[in-house]
Amino acid sequence: MILVGRPEDIPLGEAVRLEAGIAAEVPIAVFNVDGEFLAIDDTCTHQDASLADGWLEGCTVECPLHAACFDLRTGMPSGPPAKKPVRTHEVLVVEGLVYVRVVEEAPVETAA
Amino acid sequence: MRTVAVIGGSLAGLAAARALREHGFDGRVVVIGAEERLPYDRPPLSKEFLAGAIDVDDLALTTDADAELDLEWGLGDPAARLDPRERRVVLASGREVAADGVVLATGARARPFPGARLDGVHTLRTVENAIRLRRDLQPGRRLVVIGAGFIGAEVASTAHGAGVEVTVVESDPLPLARVLGAEVGGVCSALHEDNGVRLVTGVPVSGLGGDGRVREVRLADGRALSAEVVVAGIGALPNVEWLAGSGVDHDHRGVWTDSAGATNLPQVVAAGDCTFSHCPFAGTELRQEHWTNALQQPAAAVATLLGREPAARRAAPYFWSDQFGARLQFAGHRLPDDEVEVLDGDPGDRRFVAGYRRDGELVAVFAMNQPKLFGKWRRQVVPGRATALTASS
Repeated sequence: MILVGRPEDIPLGEAVRLEAGIAAEVPIAVFNVDGEFLAIDDTCTHQDASLADGWLEGCTVECPLHAACFDLRTGMPSGPPAKKPVRTHEVLVVEGLVYVRVVEEAPVETAA
Repeated sequence: MRTVAVIGGSLAGLAAARALREHGFDGRVVVIGAEERLPYDRPPLSKEFLAGAIDVDDLALTTDADAELDLEWGLGDPAARLDPRERRVVLASGREVAADGVVLATGARARPFPGARLDGVHTLRTVENAIRLRRDLQPGRRLVVIGAGFIGAEVASTAHGAGVEVTVVESDPLPLARVLGAEVGGVCSALHEDNGVRLVTGVPVSGLGGDGRVREVRLADGRALSAEVVVAGIGALPNVEWLAGSGVDHDHRGVWTDSAGATNLPQVVAAGDCTFSHCPFAGTELRQEHWTNALQQPAAAVATLLGREPAARRAAPYFWSDQFGARLQFAGHRLPDDEVEVLDGDPGDRRFVAGYRRDGELVAVFAMNQPKLFGKWRRQVVPGRATALTASS
């Protein structure tokens, strides 16, 4: 488990980015959706852009570059231009601190 | 309607074919493409692909899911004539495609530099163009880019990164000023010299010199720039010449359509870079040679073709550019007299958001290296009053 920070470090509707090498080999984004913390791989699967910089609407983040949308719970893209999902990671709040547990496996390729 | 021919095998054509199936059209969908390849993404051609960081497979726009769309691909055989009365499209090979409905999505091509018949002179629009150019960009060579627009700047940036000695020539005194205004255009063009690329402005290119292979680029003021490689980034022309005699209204600006892709013929709609369309946001007709438009406009055109109600589309035009490590983003519709102000950050830091105002309203935004704030500000942009669609009561 990697420490992300205190809950108040991640304001409502915002995200923090853990740079590559901190929690995983790739950057991880941790979002605060109405008080619930959700983590995904930070880099859009379409082209190089940080999803932590994206626009959060409900449980969906819109990539800041080409508006590809990803479901933060499943990592699935909602449509073009992204074709592949992002990985989702487990977030835990333990004794008032937010932690992320990064999944090791590669993301599932979407067939649909 | 039993058969729809989608003329154009790139982003807009693929988006149109997908939209047909999403609308439940279960007839034949024939996609005609001038290039031999299945649809691929063009923006990386001047960036990651030209740099050699990604390959052809990474550019693919189609996915496994597209196999279920049951599309008939006719690739490498461009459409040569549209005959709406006979309900057919004739291809360059002479092959005829019968179709009750037609989606025109032929895109645009790079404007060639006049008289450029020398080796080492390039334009950049297709994968083949990019492969050829990549081979030519050897470290230590001298490249002259004609035109300091977005393609020109991206090629200059990538070539510089590959160890090529780059000079960019722009006939306008202020590069990008027509698109972004003098202030923001100035900050963008400063990226060239920040990064060791020479920028020559305010002087047109009068011709190219060489014997077999290009040797120099001659400027109108008498100077000559030595070059082993030249890239002309001087705009794009809509692929509409083949529509001569078809009865579809078009001119050098593109196929005329309304905001939902309708042409003057009921069985023919158009979308993407080949169109000169009414833009509800701008309140005027535009040719939007932008990726996002090619992705989104076909859905409305297909709804129109099928007699469905097209979804209202009032989104602000959007484009981006990555150059010299900077991410540039623009949304809205700017007119020359709009007032520009810095909304956030400092242009000197190459990290800021600028807004364009007309009668006090924010009609466009630009961001450099501020994608998150850009996402916030682009949602504040409104159609300008001066060009609003309907007068308010």
